[in-house]
Amino acid sequence: MVEEEGFRRYIAHAILWIGIAIVAFPVYIAIVASTQDNALIANGQMSLLPGGHFFEVYYQTIFVGTSGSTREPVGNMMLNSLVMALAIAIGKIAISIISAYAIVYFRFPFRMPIFWIIFITLMLPVEVRIYPTYKIVADLHMLDSYAGLALPLIASATATLLFRQFFMTVPDELLEASRIDGAGPLRFFWDTLLPLSRTNMAALFVILFILGWNQYLWPLLITTRDDMQTIQVGIRKMITTTDALTEWPIVMATAVLAMLPPVFVVVVMQKLFVRGLVETEK
Amino acid sequence: MANVTLRNVRKTYTGGFEAIKGVNVDVADGQFCVLVGPSGCGKSTLLRMVAGLETVTGGEIDIGGRVVNEIEPADRDIAMVFQNYALYPHMTVYNNMAYGLRNRGMKEAEVKSRVEEAARVLELTPMLERKPRQLSGGQRQRVAMGRAIVRQPKVFLFDEPLSNLDAKLRISMRVEIRKLQRRLNVTSIYVTHDQLEAMTLADILVVMNGGQVEQVGNPLAIYEKPATTFVASFIGAPPMNLMSARTEDITSQLGGSAGEAGILGIRPEDFVITDQTPSGGVALGLTVEAIERVGAETFVYGSRAQDEQRVAATPGELPPGEVIVRIPGTQAPAVGARIRVAAVRQKLHLFSGDGRTRIEA
Amino acid sequence: MQKQAIFQSKLLPYALVAPQLAIVLIFFYWPALQAVIQSFLLQDAFGLSTTFVWFDNYVELFRDPAYFASILRTFFFSFAIAVLSLSFALLLAVMADKPLRGVMLYRTLLIWPYAVAPPVVGVLWIFMLHPSLGVLARYLRALGIDWNPLLDGDQAAALIILAAAWKQISYNFLFFLAGLQAIPKSVFEAAAIDGARPMRRFWTVTFPLLSPTIFFLLVVNIVYAFFDTFGIIDTMTRGGPGTSTVTLVYKVYSDGLLGGNLGSSAAQSVILMVLVIVLTAIQFRFVERKVTY
Repeated sequence: MVEEEGFRRYIAHAILWIGIAIVAFPVYIAIVASTQDNALIANGQMSLLPGGHFFEVYYQTIFVGTSGSTREPVGNMMLNSLVMALAIAIGKIAISIISAYAIVYFRFPFRMPIFWIIFITLMLPVEVRIYPTYKIVADLHMLDSYAGLALPLIASATATLLFRQFFMTVPDELLEASRIDGAGPLRFFWDTLLPLSRTNMAALFVILFILGWNQYLWPLLITTRDDMQTIQVGIRKMITTTDALTEWPIVMATAVLAMLPPVFVVVVMQKLFVRGLVETEK
Repeated sequence: MANVTLRNVRKTYTGGFEAIKGVNVDVADGQFCVLVGPSGCGKSTLLRMVAGLETVTGGEIDIGGRVVNEIEPADRDIAMVFQNYALYPHMTVYNNMAYGLRNRGMKEAEVKSRVEEAARVLELTPMLERKPRQLSGGQRQRVAMGRAIVRQPKVFLFDEPLSNLDAKLRISMRVEIRKLQRRLNVTSIYVTHDQLEAMTLADILVVMNGGQVEQVGNPLAIYEKPATTFVASFIGAPPMNLMSARTEDITSQLGGSAGEAGILGIRPEDFVITDQTPSGGVALGLTVEAIERVGAETFVYGSRAQDEQRVAATPGELPPGEVIVRIPGTQAPAVGARIRVAAVRQKLHLFSGDGRTRIEA
Repeated sequence: MQKQAIFQSKLLPYALVAPQLAIVLIFFYWPALQAVIQSFLLQDAFGLSTTFVWFDNYVELFRDPAYFASILRTFFFSFAIAVLSLSFALLLAVMADKPLRGVMLYRTLLIWPYAVAPPVVGVLWIFMLHPSLGVLARYLRALGIDWNPLLDGDQAAALIILAAAWKQISYNFLFFLAGLQAIPKSVFEAAAIDGARPMRRFWTVTFPLLSPTIFFLLVVNIVYAFFDTFGIIDTMTRGGPGTSTVTLVYKVYSDGLLGGNLGSSAAQSVILMVLVIVLTAIQFRFVERKVTY
């Protein structure tokens, strides 16, 4: 690397800190607002320093919800989001890893057509087929259910392709050695392939969890009951069109709570996150 | 007790490519058989067919008196050492060796005693709890060997097991493998492309080319009497000098059948620098093009003065017109000098014009 | 595509692909097919009878100035978001690629917004720039700007572009940094020895070597802007004021909510599908050289 003289290095540091400030500022404001009194905020008199209402605001947010008639504790919304995100991440990994295994390690009639049927789903996110999908989920009586929330979002090929790609890099000799060691297809999968896929599974899990937690349009459509709301849908419903009624500290506390799990995952499992992100985009 | 017999074994891939074109080999119990040949000659395919990793499309493979064509690899009572070792990367050395035994439902106490015994023999005892990636190349190789011997199989199969090691380690492991095989006295089939490895390891050597067996036999016998020009140039380094011999030469000097063009072969080490022509032997005038002095010996690369004697064009071997001569390291003719070399009658090899048959004088 | 070493089994592979195949067929192909069929049908006002109308729904859509406007708006948003976010992220990545102390810390502090959901992004930004109570809106007014995105369509559009670009910074930063770190350092050293000053080094060496990454990110950002802006728009402006922030996806959603014309809504879905397929095809065709990390 070309050594930079001191002055340029200070500029680089300065630009990075400005970048970090820009990136962090909206969240800082949210945290500050979630500790203040609603009346001050509504008047446009919000302070840029944290207020003293931290505990009461968060307590009300998590266990009670807004003061309106259709209130729903955010704690419950978070639980719904968690179940949905886990169902999407685990479900997708589970069905993808076994189908990728079949496609890579077996030769059977219709193997390629099946691969293409799965592969094409890569191209179309749920948004473009939203109403027909809604109708099917309604016909299957899965509105307002965790299955209805998760299943349509599991129907995609990214994970299958990722596992397929990984399996192709596993040396053939491992399978041959396993065959000589007396391991059949299921035993090879369980004893060798699954342990070797651990890092890939973990990286994929991190990404899928974040994507699942952050789903919005689909849950918005198929949840009608308040107790099935996810936190992303819940926060939108808290912003009323008449500004006067919006309880901004609670909205902001909800925003902070909605960010917390995925941001925590990104920061703590950064390595897996980066790996998962780069791998799934291939 | 297990001999391995291949009877007219064939492998044709879907699409028509014939990888193995009818191979007959008989390996007696406890023998060490080496399959040798250039890459793509089918030696690995043949080994994998014996292992059951490739299907057999013709003929029979017989292990210990039982035809195993349709039998799963796990049930053939064989063990295999792979070129890249194929160790399970997520398992410890101990578990790598124990896996195959456990899959067969062996009691844990028996597994333990077998693994520990193998580890002791291979000096792996201090590494039993390590993962493969924490081992050196040579240690991994030994684990792969260990995985094979704990099974106490009827047959060991080796697929170029030393080719990933550096030259020094390769030689010492070669000796180790041979010693181990002698001690365990298990029938072994070993694939390599390295003729030196093949010569030093084999009780019975199988030279393959283009999906066919060129010659089977004791390694020294093959060295002394190669059956074809392919074997002649493949076994021995540097390769045998091959040159087309005129009919008259053959008739007059060597007593071959008249009216046929033939190929004359002389090993580099069978030449001496001399002005005499031994009776019944051959003498050549050479211009020295280059010399290589490696200490114990000197290799002389010369071009022949008599241009009517062309070198038989064997692909990948000597360029036309070049003759290699191996002489003691004390001698070193000057580059550009003209020398005269000769070989005695007993050291000449004569082949038919297509190189497929050896003509015994 | 496939291994040489495989297992032989007649039924097992089908059992293994069955779950994914079932889910894909039920929740992907069936609805997609429905959308295509629906787009050729016209339903009467009471939903009692349907007639096959060929491409009438499509023709009508393209005659509708509102639909046309939303196509243009979507592309404008996409490009604006991509350019804004990519340039800022590239600047940060180039700085972070220098041999500075604390680069890992910078990376951590810059990538976490990836995890913020679009609706939350919308809530954060509308709160900052809300005309009556936003902390930033105060300063804008102090500067003499008549700031009211709830009434001014252009300002609403700007707000959405800003918020969406903000969210994409971390993603782009991460890939730019990966792309930069994949360039062998000796190339920069050679350029320095050749006498290129830092700015010149950037434009003649870094930028060309980074172009596969830039192209890849451009496509990804455009696809992102197509779909993920939905959450931002829905929480910030709900398409308003008027229709000034209605994108294609938002239009599919809101037209469907009104429950009116099923055929038209389906035709919109099909057009979206085609657009996405084209974008994905471009991505597959031209983005062969992948970012190596």
